[in-house]
Amino acid sequence: MTMGKPLPHDSAPLHVTGQARYADDVPLPAGALHLAFGLSSCAHGTITGMDLAAVRAAPGVVAVFSAEDWPKGFGEMPDCSPSVLDEPLLAVGRVHYIGQPVFLVVADSHLAARKAARLGRVAYDELPALLTVDDALAANSRFEQGPVIWAKGDAAGAIARAPHVLEGTFEVGGQEHFYLEGQVALALPAEDGGVNVISSTQHPTEIQHKVAHALHLPMSAVRVETRRMGGGFGGKESQGNALAIACALAARATGRPCKMRYDRDDDMMITGKRHDLRIRYRVGHDAEGRISGIEFTHLFRCGWSQDLSLPVADRAMLHADNCYHLPDIRIESHRLKTNTQSATAYRGFGGPQGIVGIERVIDHVAHATGREPLEVRLLNFYRSNGTGGPGSGTRFGGPHSPANSQPQTTPFHMEMEDFIGHELVAELEKTSNYLARKAEIAAWNSTNPILKRGIALVPVKFGISFTLTWLNQAGALVHVYQDGSVMLNHGGTEMGQGLNQKVAQVVADVFGLEAAAVKITATDTAKVPNTSATAASSGSDLNGMAARAAAETIRGRMADFIADKHQTKAASVRFEAGLVKLAGEHYAFAQVAAWAYQARISLSSTGYYATPKITWDRVKGRGRPFLYFAYGAAVTEVVLDTLTGENRMLRVDILHDTGTSLNPALDIGQVEGAFVQGAGWLTTEELVWNGKGGLTTHAPSTYKIPACSDRPPVFNVALWGKPNREDTVGKSKAVGEPPFNLGISALMALSDAVAACGDGSAYVALDAPATAERVLMAVRRQQGNV
Amino acid sequence: MSRIHVTTTVNGDAVEFLADPRDSLLDCLRDQLNLTGSKEGCGTGDCGACSVTVDGTLVCSCLVLGVEAEGKRIETVEGMAKGNDLHPLQRKFIEHAALQCGFCTPGILVAAKALLAENPDPSESEIRFWLAGNLCRCTGYDKIIHAVQDAAAEMRGA
Ligand code: FES
Ligand code: FES
Repeated sequence: MTMGKPLPHDSAPLHVTGQARYADDVPLPAGALHLAFGLSSCAHGTITGMDLAAVRAAPGVVAVFSAEDWPKGFGEMPDCSPSVLDEPLLAVGRVHYIGQPVFLVVADSHLAARKAARLGRVAYDELPALLTVDDALAANSRFEQGPVIWAKGDAAGAIARAPHVLEGTFEVGGQEHFYLEGQVALALPAEDGGVNVISSTQHPTEIQHKVAHALHLPMSAVRVETRRMGGGFGGKESQGNALAIACALAARATGRPCKMRYDRDDDMMITGKRHDLRIRYRVGHDAEGRISGIEFTHLFRCGWSQDLSLPVADRAMLHADNCYHLPDIRIESHRLKTNTQSATAYRGFGGPQGIVGIERVIDHVAHATGREPLEVRLLNFYRSNGTGGPGSGTRFGGPHSPANSQPQTTPFHMEMEDFIGHELVAELEKTSNYLARKAEIAAWNSTNPILKRGIALVPVKFGISFTLTWLNQAGALVHVYQDGSVMLNHGGTEMGQGLNQKVAQVVADVFGLEAAAVKITATDTAKVPNTSATAASSGSDLNGMAARAAAETIRGRMADFIADKHQTKAASVRFEAGLVKLAGEHYAFAQVAAWAYQARISLSSTGYYATPKITWDRVKGRGRPFLYFAYGAAVTEVVLDTLTGENRMLRVDILHDTGTSLNPALDIGQVEGAFVQGAGWLTTEELVWNGKGGLTTHAPSTYKIPACSDRPPVFNVALWGKPNREDTVGKSKAVGEPPFNLGISALMALSDAVAACGDGSAYVALDAPATAERVLMAVRRQQGNV
Repeated sequence: MSRIHVTTTVNGDAVEFLADPRDSLLDCLRDQLNLTGSKEGCGTGDCGACSVTVDGTLVCSCLVLGVEAEGKRIETVEGMAKGNDLHPLQRKFIEHAALQCGFCTPGILVAAKALLAENPDPSESEIRFWLAGNLCRCTGYDKIIHAVQDAAAEMRGA
């Protein structure tokens, strides 16, 4: 078995020697050209004039394109949107945000193109720019006709009947992906008018589709290849389209290879980020903290174009419950159109925004009732199903009582079948010693006036599957060569998560080989067609199954062949340890491959997988959008300086569910990295737009992702290790996104530490990101001197 | 602009190249010498993906001009392994799974090597603060620190 082994990333030896080739490292053919966009400096306005003479005259410039000067024969301005054709490659007539591409420079070097792009003079008639949630609400500027509303039960009635009611508003910031490798694409003209594209993208099929559309070519004339990305995190799901289209057009116009790479500042100015939002809540609860009715309003700032905002905002609604049974709930979701970068996919895809909302409510309810937040969390947990274990009804009365044997449902009416929160949290409470440490911290805080510590335990439940049902499919291509070596292609892309290694382990297992015997090459639209984005954490679930199906087809043919030769049954043939065994004989795998080839047996197969069981009606907000849920919980302890608001994590304990892990080394790496990224989102990573709509934090000098020095000195991560109850590949669970939400525990721990600064009468109400400034202001509020 | 002839030593090899006086050392390494192991993560000295050493001093090669390499000794990630023998840091990064997308890895390895040259037995917090200028968006840093500690121990023993 190679499945389940903690093998290193398949590219690790290349990574550490600098040999791993990223899109920007591909040697360019002679005569290659470089592209750069000229960007809008106006957040909303009509273009009244464009003077690009200086751009054209700049050294090294070969061509300049704009909507006013668009090559004849290219048809309309191509569109870059992944959803609704609302993103022209270059602004046509109007600009919608500061950073929008207005013209395109083609030059003989990267630097020449960038320098020339600064020389353009564009005049605008400024229009009122809608920058904030309030601006957009006042102007009723939104995607879709009105808010999306999903409800279960009677939230208003339940709140009216509840003995206690709380209300609150919570601001949650966005997040820059800060993939360390910026966006990059390269287009090479092919014979017959076609084009080959190399792109740092999570979605080669989308690039193929958009480039074909832009060049008026069939998709078959466009080939897209992605070997690896230097990080993606959702930021390369749709945001690479513009570069690939620009390169393909310029390559068509000049007949030369064309490459485009955003430098970091341009990348941050042009591309979309995680959606920020305002969350309003009204909740009815009892004296113990049991929630009866709850109403959420999500106010998302989606930016200027629709991009993926609708499914992102949907997913936030689908995670508004996190681990809690909310029998009467109403969620109203506004998708507001603003004159800012178009917010896009980012690890969790709206899920974290939904989860942080209910965690904030629980924190608030715990404060109001004076109860330990963990008790309030457990009190509201879903029941465990059919296990008779904790939470199956014996501990609490009311809606959780054993008499009520109906399965509980989520706010979107999906039956909860696999809830393991009780067992998992009980285990983590034990290993982290949460309750005892909490008491110790309270004692410590009472004798330390300047430094205050805080601790929080936050559980996570995250739904796995694309909510656009048809995306839940994957294809793979496996070849066995006559020397017994194996080549694998699948539709997923490698962005550091180790997907190729995991899928190779699956295929190696089918053939009874070592993982190293399976060679994985670049993702290539010419090999596996019609793929979905590597997103929604689905990479190994979907592609692992498809690759397994392909490998099993070939193994079946090899087994039939060798069994036939020995006049025995194919079912008795075993593939183990590099050997093919049957009827007391065993042969090297390579030997059987050679014989099969000579016997004219096909040793190549495609494989295909479509996720079963899922049905989803997004208009009604009803169904089973997810095949299963992944779970986890984290305990974070922080310390803060009440004089400056500065703070740091002291210790983190995580227990996370990846089912039966396909590769524990890779999974633990995903969990750690996701936690730190999630904690960064809610603490140090602050996006600031000025009053004109310009993003002022567009470089790492001003936008602070966690650094090595922020690493918690104690960082304990363990995997839950129990098999997925659904029939996934090797009984594993998806791992990319769920643990991102564990970072919420850092925010809640800060809330706890700030609470220790006052007499406990006022709720902390810490907005996110809880930067040192915000923490300091919250400390001052607690101390009663605002 | 006329180009300037630069003679320097990269990873022990004498090399020459022609540099536009405005080109960064990073661009010269990547574009003139095809040493693409050093990466550009920001171009402004904030991410460390371009880390190299110049005469033994750790620098961000995006902030050094190519022409400044004249007569200097440059070491990049490509020079760490001796033939097929990986440097202990490289081996430990693989063993500890201290990388994911790998884009930050060359810079971090070069920076860690410079640390161990200066301080063969760094404490956990010395490692954390030394590497604070090398951003990694994927790993959360925990395994990176373990890998550096482990490599340091091995190198002291050897
Ligand atoms: S590229 Fe040089 S420090 Fe970021
Ligand atoms: S491994 Fe991706 S940035 Fe460090």
